[in-house]
Amino acid sequence: MTGILAIMMGVILTNNYVLSQFLGICPFLGVSKKVDSAVGMGVAVTFVMVLATAVTWPIQYLVLDRFGIGYLQTIVFILVIASLVQLVEMTLKKYMPPLYKSLGVFLPLITTNCAVLGVCINNINDGYNYVESLFCSAGAGIGFLLAMLLFAGLREKLEDSKGIPECFQGIPITLITASILSLSFMAFSGVVDGIFN
Amino acid sequence: MSNEKKTSKLSILTKGIIKENPVLVLLLGTCPTLATTTSAINGLGMGISTLVVLVCSNIVIALLKNIIPSKVRIPCYIVVIAGFVTIVQLLLKAYLPALDSALGLFIPLIVVNCIILGRAEMFASKNSVVDSALDGVGMGIGFTLALGVMGLIREFLGAGTAFGIAIYANTAVAPAGLFILAPGGFFVFALLVAAVNYFSGGKAIKKKEFGCEGCMLVDTCGGVAAGGCAGKEADK
Repeated sequence: MTGILAIMMGVILTNNYVLSQFLGICPFLGVSKKVDSAVGMGVAVTFVMVLATAVTWPIQYLVLDRFGIGYLQTIVFILVIASLVQLVEMTLKKYMPPLYKSLGVFLPLITTNCAVLGVCINNINDGYNYVESLFCSAGAGIGFLLAMLLFAGLREKLEDSKGIPECFQGIPITLITASILSLSFMAFSGVVDGIFN
Repeated sequence: MSNEKKTSKLSILTKGIIKENPVLVLLLGTCPTLATTTSAINGLGMGISTLVVLVCSNIVIALLKNIIPSKVRIPCYIVVIAGFVTIVQLLLKAYLPALDSALGLFIPLIVVNCIILGRAEMFASKNSVVDSALDGVGMGIGFTLALGVMGLIREFLGAGTAFGIAIYANTAVAPAGLFILAPGGFFVFALLVAAVNYFSGGKAIKKKEFGCEGCMLVDTCGGVAAGGCAGKEADK
């Protein structure tokens, strides 16, 4: 139990996927102008991450490793994730229209989100068991959601600010904000290890 | 006639290097740009790996463009790209294990690098094999150069070395280690984009915000989503 908690805390705070591992930067910078859409994107990513791990973990251990075709990991995983996202989108559209309205628009973007493929491959590389993998993915998603939420809040405030030099307006100042947010998350490094070891 | 053709071939090759540099002007592939530029060598290694995949996948997709049905083209492109990424991954593991472990997860993640899928969709699926190969080489060199420069800056400031050779690493001046960590990546990238803005008078970068304007994949992802680009739609 403490193991799972340590994995989750680690991946939410110290090894945050966006702010310290640079995974999923595109949606982090692209869909973070408004808090609402940032939260929607975060929830959708969390959902897909857990689902993708739930499917790719058994594929790795029951199919790829068993038949000695581990080198096909990249191809198999990306295809599985792409079709999974498509399937989820179709299911939501048919059976849960309200949920589709709030999350559906983000789903096509998620197929090419490197954080999803990244978390699936990381779970295998780190040798987590099935339960640990699922919790690690959930943690990664929550970490992503947290980063998105904080960043969107900062950017909404930034909209009103005056006096940004001309060449820094727009993208550069967004990146500087991300840099400062990432700096503040660095303060967590060591904290998680300190608590659990 | 032949002269005109030659210049157009040359412009296909060179436009990716400066005018449409994928990282600093088109602002694509931000994840590998930020993550793998902890040193100049790592940045160049990532750039060259991507270049190889980009050229090979552009050639194959240009060859197959009449065979692939347009409805399932994106999955087909992804399979082609993933195949070449696997080849590069195995080659790096065999011959450059140090680089492979430095780049780690970001080698398989070349698959989801939007520069490669973007060039497949925008260029290789509409142009001849030779043009697509040239486009791949140009874009790949542009990506490699941008990553190399950014890696060099971060390595110089953060470790006091350049290409692994000590510049001021062992002197009294302590390097600012922050630059090879995550915040430094965002910071150096911000400064580079600001510099491009400054020297081009704000004209080079069409995209004023991160989002869908100028995104290469806007047709692809927008086509799947409800009528418009997902990110844009959600912002409303």
